[in-house]
Amino acid sequence: MLVNRKLILAHFWFAFAVFGLALCLGAWQMFVRSPLYTWISNPEWYYRSLTAHGTVMGYVFPTLVAMGFGYAISESALKQPLVGLRWAWGGFWLIVAGAVMAMVPVALGRASVLYTFYPPLIGNAFYYIGVVLVVVGSWVWVALMSINLRVWRRAHPGEPVPLAMFANVAGSYLWAWTAVGAALELLLQIIPVALGLKTTIDAGLARVFFSWTLHAIVYFWLMPTYIAYYTIVPRAIGGRLYSDTMARISFILFLVVAMPIGMHHTFADPQVGAGFKFIHSTFTALVALPTLLTVFTICASVEIAARLRGGRGPFGWISALPWQNPIMLAVAFSFVLLGFGGAGGLINMSYQLDATIHNTQWITGHFHLIFGGAIVIMYFAIAYDLWPHLTGRALPSLALVRTQLWLWFVGMIVTTFPWHWVGILGMPRRMAYYDYSDPAIAPQAFSVTLSAIGAFVLLISGLLFLVILARGMRQGATDAGVWRFSVPVHPVRAVPLALNSYAIWVALMIGLTVTNYGYPILTLATRADTSVPAIYVGAQ
Amino acid sequence: MSARELFTFRNPYFSAAVGLAGGLFVVTAVVGFIVLPYAQKDLQFAGLWDAICSAAGLPQRAASVPTARVGPHLSEAVLTPTTLASPSQESIGRGATLAQRCAICHGPTGISRADSPNLAGQYAAVIYKELVDFRAGARTNAVMSPFAVNLTDQEIADLAAYYAYLPRLPAYHPTPQLPKPRIVIYGAPVRGIAPCGACHGSLDNKTGSPWLEGQSETYMKAQLQAFAASRRTNDISQQMRNVARAMTPREIDEAAAYYASQPPEIVKATD
Ligand code: HEM
Ligand SMILES: [Cu+2]
Repeated sequence: MLVNRKLILAHFWFAFAVFGLALCLGAWQMFVRSPLYTWISNPEWYYRSLTAHGTVMGYVFPTLVAMGFGYAISESALKQPLVGLRWAWGGFWLIVAGAVMAMVPVALGRASVLYTFYPPLIGNAFYYIGVVLVVVGSWVWVALMSINLRVWRRAHPGEPVPLAMFANVAGSYLWAWTAVGAALELLLQIIPVALGLKTTIDAGLARVFFSWTLHAIVYFWLMPTYIAYYTIVPRAIGGRLYSDTMARISFILFLVVAMPIGMHHTFADPQVGAGFKFIHSTFTALVALPTLLTVFTICASVEIAARLRGGRGPFGWISALPWQNPIMLAVAFSFVLLGFGGAGGLINMSYQLDATIHNTQWITGHFHLIFGGAIVIMYFAIAYDLWPHLTGRALPSLALVRTQLWLWFVGMIVTTFPWHWVGILGMPRRMAYYDYSDPAIAPQAFSVTLSAIGAFVLLISGLLFLVILARGMRQGATDAGVWRFSVPVHPVRAVPLALNSYAIWVALMIGLTVTNYGYPILTLATRADTSVPAIYVGAQ
Repeated sequence: MSARELFTFRNPYFSAAVGLAGGLFVVTAVVGFIVLPYAQKDLQFAGLWDAICSAAGLPQRAASVPTARVGPHLSEAVLTPTTLASPSQESIGRGATLAQRCAICHGPTGISRADSPNLAGQYAAVIYKELVDFRAGARTNAVMSPFAVNLTDQEIADLAAYYAYLPRLPAYHPTPQLPKPRIVIYGAPVRGIAPCGACHGSLDNKTGSPWLEGQSETYMKAQLQAFAASRRTNDISQQMRNVARAMTPREIDEAAAYYASQPPEIVKATD
């Protein structure tokens, strides 16, 4: 059993509890804006719900999963007691406090600004301060991961850092830097206005700051999933990791190229020059590299497992895989969802093609497929894999676990494929009401209904997930043994210094941020004529 | 670990990473700032530097064309938090005196018999903005403009305070209440029309938007048509013109008839 199981369980339980609540809101949103329901008649309710759903799913839930998983990795991969346990609890409680503080004004309808903040719309200050607390709490984790690694390094000079920890710390550094954008936006721009110290805001600059965060945050969400691909999947299905080096290069690439590309979220914004949009668009193409490396390496690792189990032939080995094993199922589903989502992403990243789907339902369909699908299904897998080591009890029923994963997979396809489709047809996103009797949109009623049905499948699956975890706490005690990571085919004896440390990569990450963001931020920040009056939520 | 060992071009990882990242940056910068601007046939540049500035997003035009003011006179009304803040009894009193001139059309109690707007209980910001616009010529009307042209800022603020202070009374010729038409409840999202109530009361009130309940049907219809035809242009950022242009004549009729049939007491008592 893991030593810090209380800490990790606290992170996971809080994460999954708010996830369950936000999931209900998501399904409700899907329902009320579908033809299955007339109209809620006050759109404010929709935006209230949307703000809560987006804030929880985007900020609170994945951050807590990454943190809990990170503590488990630090303890198990480094085989040393966690340094700074008290601080870790402090960070956790900061996040709880921040999440509650943010959600109260949202629930009261005082901060229906959506999780992207949408300045010059300004909500209640406590919403933003709550979000800042969540970020600060997560920075405590970043510092602890770095410190724990440093302590380990001192005790093991020159040794290769275990892959899981190497990736974990890379993810934490990425998060530390990418969160700076939104933090600057909140602290320098939004919160002063929300507190009434200022009445104007530079909305264009705010959007540029937010784009600094918005892309790389996606890779922060993705980190636990990728770490699970490399360090849990091969072990769980009885195989070997095909290449430890490839894994390190992938995580390093994420660190470097996830940052200087965020302006693909501002393609339609007038305040950013076309030249910078082009640079960001091109750099965006690079993020395909680590993902392609990963898909290749994991497929190879899975094939190794199949051949060890007696699989034969160019494709025949696939049937030899342990399909009864939930982790096997999860990774297969995750790859399929990632494949479709990645294909859609090619359209989003292109400066020209993006115009066709900008602000349509395609976008929400896309990120639910990638984030809610490919990424979150591996969060489930991580929880299932860790649970016996946290509770000292076996999971109640693997069949139930498989059902849950199947439901999530099918539900996600049924939800997101029609969602993409209506986006291509031009249906805008973030709207509370659609008049399906209008001939312009009537043909889309069927697709939206299908999507809403998928949403309820997802809801069932999500609740089932919670039930399985809760029942997992009350099974008979068993010894799950040590929580281990996959072993590479070739044992890692020595790793080049560059692949065993972060200095070059962090420097490059910051350097590219400066080249790709410096000029637009500087010009916007120094021009006097770019501010607009703030619009306060609910003000007359 | 020593930084000297890492940050040197003898380290193949360092040189490859810096070379690739730097190289890609330079290539994309050349394409993005020079090649692509020139590839756009409809853009004219005075020179290379001009093209680069344009791609960098510098908001200036090198080939300066004298910007003649074209198009209609737009609203220049500015409302600061202090413009109409807590009006005094004197202000309301002065407004009442001034309002005697208005009574011939807008009624002695602020309720019109002449298809002019009812002003009793209208939001102060609305009265203020319309008078400022009439005075400046951003909104014109053969009868109304001459009344507004000589008003001072203080007089406009007094009139706004007075009419906002008056109680909302039923319209002079009340019609039976009609059911809400679709355009009023839902707007038409596909055509970019928000529900009327999103600005004009019932759902939310946006500064400068009047409440409409009990106003003259003829008047409201005429205004919607004027917005649609761009004969009336004092709506800031074309908020109302964009809506009216996208409305069908039938929707205009329905909306005007519906609002005219509503009692004004149901307007949210905010502002
Ligand atoms: C039952 C499953 C889910 C359903 C039915 C659902 C539904 C929705 C809906 C209807 C929207 C609003 C789209 C719009 O109005 O444009 C939305 C937004 C969003 N969802 Fe979900 N969702 C689900 C699960 C998830 C999951 C698992 C995540 C991530 C962990 C997630 C993250 C988000 C985010 C970040 C937004 C953006 C909010 C915004 O546009 O402001 N959702 N979701
Ligand atoms: Cu992005």
